[in-house]
Amino acid sequence: MLQVARWRIILVLVVAAMGIAFAYPNFVPENVRNSLPSFVPKQAINLGLDLRGGSQLLLEIDTNTLRRQQLDNVADQMASAMREAEPRITYTGRGVVGDAARIRLVDPTQMERAQQAIANLVRSQTSATPVLEFTPHPDGLIEARLTDAYARELSRQAAQQSIEVIRRRIDPTGTSEVDIRRQGDRRIVVQAPGVTDPELLKERIGQTALMTFHLVREVSPEEAAQGTLPPGTFVAQPYPQIGDAPEVVERRARLTGEHLTRANPQMDQQQNQFVLAFQLDNRGSTIFCRITRDYVNQRFAILLDNQVLTAPRINEPICGGSGQITGNFTPESASELALMLNAGALPTPLTVIEERTVGAGLGQDAIEAGVRASIVAGIVTLVFMLLAYGLFGVFACLALIVNGILIVAAMSMIGAALTLPGIAGLILTIAMAVDANVLIYERMREEAAAGRGPALAIDAGFSRAMITILDANLTTILAALILFQFGAGPVRGFAWTLSIGVVTSVFTAVLVTQIMIAWWFRAARPKQLPI
Amino acid sequence: MAMWPLIRLLPKKTNFTYVKFAGFAAFLSIAAVGASLVSMFTGGFRDNPIAVYQQAEGSPLARMGAVMERGFNLGIDFRGGTSMLIESPNPIDLEALRALGGRVQDGEVGVQSTTCRPQDAPPYCAALDFESTEGGSATVEAIRAQLPTVAEGARIVGVDVVGAAVSEELFSGGLIALGLAILLMLIYIWFRFEWQFGLGGVLALFHDVILTLGLFSIFRFEFTLTIIAALLTIIGYSMNDTVVVFDRLRENLRKYKKMPMSELIDLSLNETLSRTIITGCTALFALVGLLYLGGEALSGFAIAMIFGIIIGTYSSLYVAAPAILIWGVKRGREGEKRGAPQTAG
Repeated sequence: MLQVARWRIILVLVVAAMGIAFAYPNFVPENVRNSLPSFVPKQAINLGLDLRGGSQLLLEIDTNTLRRQQLDNVADQMASAMREAEPRITYTGRGVVGDAARIRLVDPTQMERAQQAIANLVRSQTSATPVLEFTPHPDGLIEARLTDAYARELSRQAAQQSIEVIRRRIDPTGTSEVDIRRQGDRRIVVQAPGVTDPELLKERIGQTALMTFHLVREVSPEEAAQGTLPPGTFVAQPYPQIGDAPEVVERRARLTGEHLTRANPQMDQQQNQFVLAFQLDNRGSTIFCRITRDYVNQRFAILLDNQVLTAPRINEPICGGSGQITGNFTPESASELALMLNAGALPTPLTVIEERTVGAGLGQDAIEAGVRASIVAGIVTLVFMLLAYGLFGVFACLALIVNGILIVAAMSMIGAALTLPGIAGLILTIAMAVDANVLIYERMREEAAAGRGPALAIDAGFSRAMITILDANLTTILAALILFQFGAGPVRGFAWTLSIGVVTSVFTAVLVTQIMIAWWFRAARPKQLPI
Repeated sequence: MAMWPLIRLLPKKTNFTYVKFAGFAAFLSIAAVGASLVSMFTGGFRDNPIAVYQQAEGSPLARMGAVMERGFNLGIDFRGGTSMLIESPNPIDLEALRALGGRVQDGEVGVQSTTCRPQDAPPYCAALDFESTEGGSATVEAIRAQLPTVAEGARIVGVDVVGAAVSEELFSGGLIALGLAILLMLIYIWFRFEWQFGLGGVLALFHDVILTLGLFSIFRFEFTLTIIAALLTIIGYSMNDTVVVFDRLRENLRKYKKMPMSELIDLSLNETLSRTIITGCTALFALVGLLYLGGEALSGFAIAMIFGIIIGTYSSLYVAAPAILIWGVKRGREGEKRGAPQTAG
């Protein structure tokens, strides 16, 4: 091990240089950073809401759409209750008018039976209080209105669902330290730290991003313009920049984005353009398989928020559950769309009703105390290493400093944000990263105590400690991977930073220290191990 | 050169007999875990959990949740609260507002300056959030009464109920992820060592998490998102520390085939003691720095971590290793195959 292979030295130098390049923007003022040439990395770590404040958006759930959707369902449920009654109750005029779902009985004398048939719709599993109020009219009309309590409950649920969708959209890695809360019954407050662009936030929140699959009816747009649309169809406009032409499609969606498990941008080699590959869940695959089998040679359209992304011809049944969306994608638009689809659709549209800038959540004194404490903690760590291991402690300290630079670089690359506890956590990560060095040095001491010469002791120290270091850190990395895969929001963010810390600390403790010790050994030729 | 290293924490060779105290330690650990659990279920020894369970509404799981919720002093991150907007024609002293909030309300009070909406005349605005389960109207009134002392002419223009930053979905998702992560660690250690090691490690981990939660439950320290981060870090540290001890145990199992198990454990713990102390002390020194200089914003995190590191180190010695003593390990020829997965003994 005292002969360090050249590729290792090159690797360490390249990684360290990249680390410095990516960490550097954090240490220059913003105006200098913006004037740097374009090939230099510019992204710095964002300071969290507690340290620097940020922008705040107040969003409101579109309760009218929500109520309308729910009433549509109620009308459907009332109709099917009529059909399922024994004997069947005939009705006409199912629909939603104003704030009521209505249905008209053909024979008004059936009113009592009809009311019995729909009585169980008043209760819902998710709500303790009645959800509907029925108003029967003598002419056979039945109106159903949502109770106020249920309407509030609905918007509260929609807000809760929207919060998770918004979180996945604006903070996919969980490291951005955004704060999303429900306010009252139908509002959501989103706070995003520091330099986050409010326009980008609004763009990502402003779309419902509901993906739907519809069959295309082959009607020329001219015909459509004359108003001769086949019943149950509508004209879907092309999606800006991605879609090609308007299409006349069935109003009914055959498949929705609910069944989408994953979308990711890919380079299609044959056509030499970007496509969006998607994967459907089991149920989605079955439905997709059936549609593509029944409608071979017809076209179907993939719509996002009722705008056409693409409308390909079905050449053969697709039963594997995966497919591709082609379109005029750029790499950016493909990955942006994948992000939106993976985050899921919002239950209803949201409107931004207020935009503010907010200041730091912590007072200046608290911030200064926290930062000072973190610096002191870092210095204490380094001094302790020096005291415990002398010259080898210097090597360990240098390795820790490289480690710190690499962590800062990695966090800048992914655009992470740091809160005050985050800074403390970073220092603690470094203090805990000494473990790899300690394991190596303690092993060297043991080998020296067992009577080995310095070269052999150093060698054995590294190789034996490696097993322990790998076992200990692989356990952590595995746990972090699981947390990242299955966790959301801050848990995901924690897994990210944990993995970064583990990888950089093993890298620096093993490779960087080894190279320094090898150089020193060749220069000094010690008779005895100095630890 | 001869003076280095300046400090040597321990003699070169130590001969502590850990296993001798294992019975006493087991008693202590069980008592502490028991006390922690009781505190978590009784709201810090103040409630009758059965009464709380019966009064709560919803499914049995939701009722259990209601019982556990009282076990901790949950902050606004978990419980939600009240947010009020203050406008003033004069500059608002945020520190004074924070102090006022602290006087009338227990627990965390968040104060932020905000820009005012363009159509509003007063040029200075601030937001104040606090945890409140019962609407918080008393606090709002108390602040309204004393607001003129913070900024002349200031008034409260909006009071809203805000939800928790940690939604239920986020919380349950996080718990599931954590459960899976622990399971995977168990399998990995099983694969690299033997099943007794995996179980011992996970047992130590639960020990550490329960005791840290117990600390927060018994002393009613405010439980925030940062404490969750500290708990996850403690899990990582505890596992790391345990694996290091296990690794030495595995090595010695191969080296000394005839040595009795309890002596082998003592030897392995002594051999790794120096590393345990240096690594632990480095982290502790850094944390004590954070605790004493970091102010209130970092104190919860530092307390949780200091406690967790001490407990994590203790549990490697006195929970994980003795667990192996109890369950035994198959020794002999299979042990020679390095890292090979081994059948349960």
